Amino acid sequence: MNSEIAEKTISVIADFKEIDKNSISVDTKLEDLEMDSLDALNLVFELEEAFDITIPDEQASETKTIGEMVEGIEKLLAMKEEEGAEGGEEE
Amino acid sequence: MNTRRVAVTGIGVVCALGNDANEFERNLFAGRTAIAPIESVDVSSLRFKNAAEVKGFEPSDLFEKQELAILKRFSQFAVAASREAIRDSGIEWGDDASRERTAIVTATGAGGLTDLDDQYENLYRYNKQRTPPMLVPQSMANAAASFISMDTGACGPTYTVSTACSSSNHAIGLAFHSIRNGTVDAAITGGSETPISYTNLKAWEALRVVSNDTCRPFSRDRSGMVLGEGGAILVLEEMEKAKARGAKIYAEIAGFGMTADAHHITMPSVEGPVRAIRNALNDAGTDPSAVGYVNAHGTATAANDAMESKAIREVFGDHADNVAVSSTKSMHGHTLGAAGAIEAVATVLAIHRGLLPPSANFNEPDPECNVDVIANEAREKKVDAAVSNSFAFGGLNAVLVFKPLGLV
Repeated sequence: MNSEIAEKTISVIADFKEIDKNSISVDTKLEDLEMDSLDALNLVFELEEAFDITIPDEQASETKTIGEMVEGIEKLLAMKEEEGAEGGEEE
Repeated sequence: MNTRRVAVTGIGVVCALGNDANEFERNLFAGRTAIAPIESVDVSSLRFKNAAEVKGFEPSDLFEKQELAILKRFSQFAVAASREAIRDSGIEWGDDASRERTAIVTATGAGGLTDLDDQYENLYRYNKQRTPPMLVPQSMANAAASFISMDTGACGPTYTVSTACSSSNHAIGLAFHSIRNGTVDAAITGGSETPISYTNLKAWEALRVVSNDTCRPFSRDRSGMVLGEGGAILVLEEMEKAKARGAKIYAEIAGFGMTADAHHITMPSVEGPVRAIRNALNDAGTDPSAVGYVNAHGTATAANDAMESKAIREVFGDHADNVAVSSTKSMHGHTLGAAGAIEAVATVLAIHRGLLPPSANFNEPDPECNVDVIANEAREKKVDAAVSNSFAFGGLNAVLVFKPLGLV
């Protein structure tokens, strides 16, 4: 797991929930963050903004822990990089 | 035969003249105009530069972060005014039955449409891929009505009326009728509008009805309307229930009339407003000779003020000489869907105090506007009835009649 991405994810969540970032980790379950469906929507939006990615609906709803969230974001970032590289070749 | 009567027991205001009812009242009767250079939007490419903007309104002082996530500025104004009006009225809902017998009727012309400029810019110009997740519920016209119901627990008939510049008078009138006909016993009603966005200012510029100076209703040198933003809410209660709980009563809301011109999308007719004023007076059971004050629609366009003056002459005949007229839009600007609510608050304060608010920025009488304008300074006068006019683009007219307490 990329520690930079994990740290940034934790910091986005902590800012969003207005909690101390040391109180959560990659092991924290999302259900323990006491978020309703609107909170979840808003958090997905914040993460998309922070990483400049688009999180698919099914991926957002299947994620259970912050660790899984970080892994998902890593995958999306990797895909974005690949697409960027392909786009570069075409030019 | 209607025996039920309706009292105005609470008022709340956020507009350029004041961020609460007290500040609004002070500035209203002092004849101050809040029209000033626009600060919140870059107006360098606009032909007009002035509006009546709300200043010093800090949403984070009034709302929690989670609340702000679903409240756009037009809803913030309505909810802030609603909370103030409810506090002012002292109304309490002791049981589910009384919550079910409370209506919430809000008004707005454009709702959250004018808040979407930033999103269009992000999507079209900056190629951003997403909007905030709450944009749909934030922008819907009924956002404020829904929030007020959640905020108070009031759960009777709740809806939003949108008839451009007549929106608030329609909302207040419908709420009033719901109480009078026995559907509900109380109502939280009024409207809000936030027209100061770049796209919307450009749209108004294109209509060529906005002054590049200030708003001078009924004055010979008037040069058009000036936009304003804001919101106002009134608490209405069935009269006997209000009296039984010892509520402070500002005034009675006694009549409501509405008509359509069936004429032209922007040019007003005399006939439509005449019928609306007459319908409102009939609804109130009030003879025209009892009316001492008209809070005019008075937009300060050449067409409206001449038409409205003719309508007042036609309804009141010779008695028009005894009817004092002012347009408070000269001070708080034309707040469109909120106008009727802000002006209803001005009218009930006028009745309550026996002091009529002026038309500010008045320079010289216009022979086309043959009415008794309260020029620039408030006038002491107790009235037996007051009329508040709203006439909208599209030819939709809505008129309210208010009376002091004690007069049937």
